[in-house]
This record gives sequence, structure tokens and C-alpha cells, in this order.
Amino acid sequence: MSFINYMAREINCKLVYYGPGLCGKTTNLQYIYERTNPEHKGKMISLATETERTLFFDFLPLSLGEIRGFKTRFHLYTVPGQVFYDASRKLILKGVDGVIFVADSQIERTEANEESLENLRTNLADQGYSLDKLPFVIQYNKRDLPNVAAVDELRQMLNKTNVPDFEAMARTGMGVFDTLKAVAKLVLTELKKGGRQ
Amino acid sequence: MVNPQMVMYEEEFHRIQTVVDRLVRDANAKVVFIVDKNGQLIAAAGDIDNVDTTSLASLTAGNIAATGGMAKLLKEQEFATQFHEGEKANIHIQLVGNRVILVVIFDTKSSLGLVRLRVKKATEELTRIFATLVTKAQEPGADTPFAEITDEDIDNLFND
Ligand SMILES: Nc1nc2c(ncn2[C@@H]2O[C@H](COP(=O)(O)OP(=O)(O)OP(=O)(O)O)[C@@H](O)[C@H]2O)c(=O)[nH]1
Ligand SMILES: [Mg+2]
Repeated sequence: MSFINYMAREINCKLVYYGPGLCGKTTNLQYIYERTNPEHKGKMISLATETERTLFFDFLPLSLGEIRGFKTRFHLYTVPGQVFYDASRKLILKGVDGVIFVADSQIERTEANEESLENLRTNLADQGYSLDKLPFVIQYNKRDLPNVAAVDELRQMLNKTNVPDFEAMARTGMGVFDTLKAVAKLVLTELKKGGRQ
Repeated sequence: MVNPQMVMYEEEFHRIQTVVDRLVRDANAKVVFIVDKNGQLIAAAGDIDNVDTTSLASLTAGNIAATGGMAKLLKEQEFATQFHEGEKANIHIQLVGNRVILVVIFDTKSSLGLVRLRVKKATEELTRIFATLVTKAQEPGADTPFAEITDEDIDNLFND
């Protein structure tokens, strides 16, 4: 649920990075944080375990610039990917404006990707959202690894509705901003349509 | 869309700001801020240059979401009030109209009793203001500034 502030002339939107454990959600945010000018970003918060697995969420506030005199602000969140943190994932999806599904391209993570995507659908539906109606993009991450599935295969499994999708190597940053821009664009386009109905 | 669009207008913003400004003074607080349940900061007052209100806003919302989740599991009403006591700083968190969260940060210059009392009054006022806002935002013709943006505007945002 975006928040239009006429007083501060700001529009605030919430983006959520979803995907199986260790697929690289936190790494996406870390890269964005590192490569963004200080005046366009706030502090990145990571609520993580001692082994750097996301425990509740990562949070990164970004401002992208102005449209028609309104500052566009995006709040980026990641969910914890590990299966048993499902209650937390549900909470973080509340009020979401756009979703990025980060898939782990490694062949052995095929099932984990499918399960996580199914879990995303279920958790959104629980709150009355439909993934097919939300701004949604997919990222095939870890393309640098040797044991990855072909993009066409991943696409067939995960992108049945043909949403924008991107190959990425979040560790080096390849594809990270392309993914972010694509979803931000979809969210703004949705607002333009007057997403209030 | 499931949730009504959250909107803030100038008139209501000033009314809210007046309430939080007064609350800082009356409660002898260091910082007072209001955040929506999704973690968006709505208004703040007090010594805000020395705290990261954006981060606090997101963590407050996470905190309320987590305790709200616990309440649900226990078939309990949402916990409307929370208090965290530290060595120097204390935090009082109050749900307002189940829509927004009022946070008061205070030290030894104040007391929990005083904060509670003042928060109660502020909560009543804020509940009314936010109810007005919701009605207003749902009125037909409550237009979005984004109705007129072009694809080009959106593209330009990403050109640097
Ligand atoms: N080789 C390679 N490793 C990556 C890539 N992206 C992330 N990683 C690594 O994968 C591991 C897990 O990354 P995280 O970003 O913590 O994963 P996550 O999705 O946040 O995991 P959870 O918090 O448990 O849900 C880290 O060691 C990253 O460095 C990539 O593109 N290529
Ligand atoms: Mg993580």
C-alpha cells in the first residue's frame, strides 16, 4: 500500500525481495546499498542470526528522484528464506506494493525455488492479494556458478505469467539494478493507473 | 487493492504535527513520532536530528507486526501498548486506532506515569484525525498526482 504524502510531497512504496533460503536476497540489498550515493539512501538494517541468515527482515530506504514535484521513496525489504520462518514472511508482505522473486539458479535448488514461489502465492492470497495483480519481477541469481539450470528451463518453471525477468550475479552486482528498476517502474505505472480501486 | 490508499493532506498533517509537538512538551519526552503499520514515518517531533527516525519507524512497525502475530496465535487482541525500559532511554509504543503507531522516547526527565497519561489524551485526538483522513482519501475525486505522469516521466527517473 503506497503512501502519498501531499504535505511532504512524497510518495512511499514498499518492495519485498522473496525467495528460498540463501538465494541472495540480502546480497541484492547489500549491493544496492554499496552502490547508492549517501544522499539517496538511509541506513540498511539487517535483523539476522549470528550466521548472517535473515531472521526477520533487511530494510533499506532509497529515494529515486522526483516525478512531477513528488519525491519517490522506496522501502526495500527482504524476507527470511528459511522454510520455518513462514510467520515472519507473512508479516513482511503486509502492505507490499511490488515483489521481486529471487531464484537460485543452481540445479539442486529447483524444488526450493518452486516451493518458495508457491509459498509467496499462498501468503499473498492469505492477505487478499493476488500475485498476478501485483507488480512482480523475477531474478535468476547466481548465474556465475557452474551447476546452474538453463534460463529457459527456469523460466518455464517459475515465470508462467511472463513477467519481466533478469539474470543476475548479486555478489558482483550484475542484474541487480536492472531488477530493481523494472519493479519500481511497474509500481509507478500501477500508481498512474490510480491503484486506489 | 485490499488496503485503502494511505494519503496525507496538508490540513491533517498540521493537526497531527500539533498533537505530537504538544506531546513532546507535555510528556517531557525526547522524541515523539508516528509511523504507519507498514513502517512509513508520518510525523516526528523533539530531538529528531539525533535519532534515525526512518530506521526506528521500520523497526517499530516490525515490532508491532511481530507482537500482533503473537497475539493472533494466542487468540488475543492486538497488544495496544508496549513499554521498553533501558538504562538511559525508555520507549513507549501505543497503537492508535489499529492503524498507526505512536512512539514516545523519554529519559529520567519524565516518568512512565506521565507519559501514559499524555499518550492517552493524544491517542484520542489522533484517532479522530486519522478517521477523517481515511474518509477523505476514499472520497471520489480524491485524485492522485500520479494520474498524469507519463511513461517518459518514469523512464527519466532511471536515466542516471
Ligand atoms: N556465487 C554466488 N554467490 C552468491 C550470489 N548471490 C549471493 N551469493 C551468496 O549466497 C549466500 C547467501 O546469500 P544471502 O544474500 O545471504 O541469501 P538470502 O537469500 O538473504 O538468505 P536468507 O536470509 O537465509 O533467506 C552468500 O554467501 C552470498 O554471498 C551470486 O550471484 N553468486
Ligand atoms: Mg537474507
